[in-house]
Amino acid sequence: MRKLLFEGLFQSPLTEPPPAAEAVAAFDLAGRLDRAARRRLGRSLAIRHVDVGSCNGCELELHALGNAFYDLERFGLRFVASPRHADVLMVTGPMCKNMGEALERTWRATPDPKWVIAVGDCAVDGGVFAGGYACHGGIAALVPVDLQLRGCPPQPLDLLAGLLNLIEENAR
Amino acid sequence: MAIDCIPQALKLRRDRRWWRATVDDGLWQETAAGLAAGRWTLISLWGEAEGVRMALADEAYGEIGVVSLPCPERRFPSVGRQHPPALRLERAARDLFGLEADGAPDHRPWLDHGRWGVRYPLGLAKPDSAATPYEFLPVQGEGVHQIPVGPIHAGIIEPGHFRFSVNGETVVRLEQRLGYVHKGIEGLMAGTDPVSAVRLAGRASGDSTVAFALAFCQAGEAAMGIDVPRRAVWLRALMAELERLANHFGDIGAICNDAAFAILQARFALLREEVLRAAADCFGHRLMMDRILPGGTAVDLPADGPRRLARLVEMVRRQLPRLVELYENTASLKGRTVGTGLLSPELARRFGAGGYIGRASGRQIDARLHPGYPPYDQLTFEVPVLNSGDVNARVWVRISEVEQSLGLVEQILGALPDGPTRGEAAAGQGEQAAEGGALVEGFRGDIFVWLRLGGDGRVERCHLRDPSWFQWPLLEAAIEGNIVADFPLCNKSFNCSYSGQDG
Repeated sequence: MRKLLFEGLFQSPLTEPPPAAEAVAAFDLAGRLDRAARRRLGRSLAIRHVDVGSCNGCELELHALGNAFYDLERFGLRFVASPRHADVLMVTGPMCKNMGEALERTWRATPDPKWVIAVGDCAVDGGVFAGGYACHGGIAALVPVDLQLRGCPPQPLDLLAGLLNLIEENAR
Repeated sequence: MAIDCIPQALKLRRDRRWWRATVDDGLWQETAAGLAAGRWTLISLWGEAEGVRMALADEAYGEIGVVSLPCPERRFPSVGRQHPPALRLERAARDLFGLEADGAPDHRPWLDHGRWGVRYPLGLAKPDSAATPYEFLPVQGEGVHQIPVGPIHAGIIEPGHFRFSVNGETVVRLEQRLGYVHKGIEGLMAGTDPVSAVRLAGRASGDSTVAFALAFCQAGEAAMGIDVPRRAVWLRALMAELERLANHFGDIGAICNDAAFAILQARFALLREEVLRAAADCFGHRLMMDRILPGGTAVDLPADGPRRLARLVEMVRRQLPRLVELYENTASLKGRTVGTGLLSPELARRFGAGGYIGRASGRQIDARLHPGYPPYDQLTFEVPVLNSGDVNARVWVRISEVEQSLGLVEQILGALPDGPTRGEAAAGQGEQAAEGGALVEGFRGDIFVWLRLGGDGRVERCHLRDPSWFQWPLLEAAIEGNIVADFPLCNKSFNCSYSGQDG
């Protein structure tokens, strides 16, 4: 282990530069952020992930945000265990009806001000799962959505760019 | 060995080691008794419009058969009554098709949580279904208390509910309730063309997208009698091995992380990322979604692909030994994984556990070899098997499989045939309905697909069985007697798919 740690000290960091904020189309967020919210949150956001039917592809890429290449936490962004600690809900999946109550409860448990990000094509409009008996086809059917991040699944850099946009808007 | 209780005359059609038979109630029950006696392994049980079916394998997985029981009364004799691995599948068949398992010990719904607004959506659909409270199994005893967990868990995890009954710190019983991410994939597939259907199959469980797409395509190609170009066959295997590598790296790291050993998690996450980046460079998608199509592959390996992948293999070969050494020599880590979450070989065999779960508990099975599919008949690799059945064994099977997969990637790159990657007859037009099945080895275990195509070439019925169907119940057994704090560790060492089992 000593060798590994030692190597880590001298190796140049693997972490890559952040994507430019304009890499992602501007989102209509400013209107939703009042001054008080901006003051309270500063540049840090606590994220609660909720899977409402994802195939688990989006989860794999959300996980990847934590690895040394993307290193989400350097931006003050971190995943938290409870919605009561969260500013942002990142929701994946086509809104399975069996998860409806769970998402609504999570949303209610998240203190204001809060934002909801629909992560992946499924969360945006149901993706390939739209139209079935078991899904609502997108999370907007149950909770207000502030930001959409498309992709199947969205790549880590896209996720990162979307989140950075959110905090940039937030800090402005 | 053929399924001996079924007369040869009933084995209607035999192709590529798959046989089929239509049986009556008596033979159905005899088959169930054969499963209970351990003569065969249950591969799956599922509903159809006209009745219920089950797939079984003989001991060596050399032969796979599909037994159909017509159910005009919408009832059939329960297999789960004699052979518990069938229980959840029967509950699912009832929820989706309204096929009632007579004599089943458990009549609670499984996938249907009373939220769809329709009952038996794939059978004689009836409107409305009021949500009724789910009754968990009763627990008794002094000092026993319950910990409900989920459906939403603390982390980036899929949803499901775990009901722990605990005495002090010790788990007396874990009961799972799943179905939260039921998307109705099998219903959505009906009526679509195979190219649309394979997109759905590839999203049954995103971590196994290559393996699911491969299984779906193999089933369709078996049904239509389509031959796939040789280069495509080899490219499919290349993608499947990259998928195995990426997932095993992710799992090994995550298991170490759940034992609070973060450095290995960080290191293995980097290896996983390197595989995904190589996959994106070579096939245009990090998870390689939608790269396998009926009749071949959607993309070819670019000219510099072999060099790119050879670099990846070389890099992994350089880094892996030190990481494995660190795992093996860290007493505090091994103290958590050795002897934790024991799964007995007997139980693993009875449930037909596949993948690292089965192989860590003595099961010498691998669908790449038995029943087997090309190009693995032309490749050399070993199937690592251990007998201790604990978290450590499941880690070690993964480590050994990583080493084997690296060798397979090299062999494939060395012998990759030239030629087209998709056949001309890919969109194959049949005259009449045709059925086919496939058993494909995903990173998690054997994935089973049964597919019926109509005369117009569209999907009439497709059944997808994730390996997790038989692995989730085993987790309930493996956690018994462990402390609550070791559940994440045991759970991660199983890494069952919620999406794959919920469908």
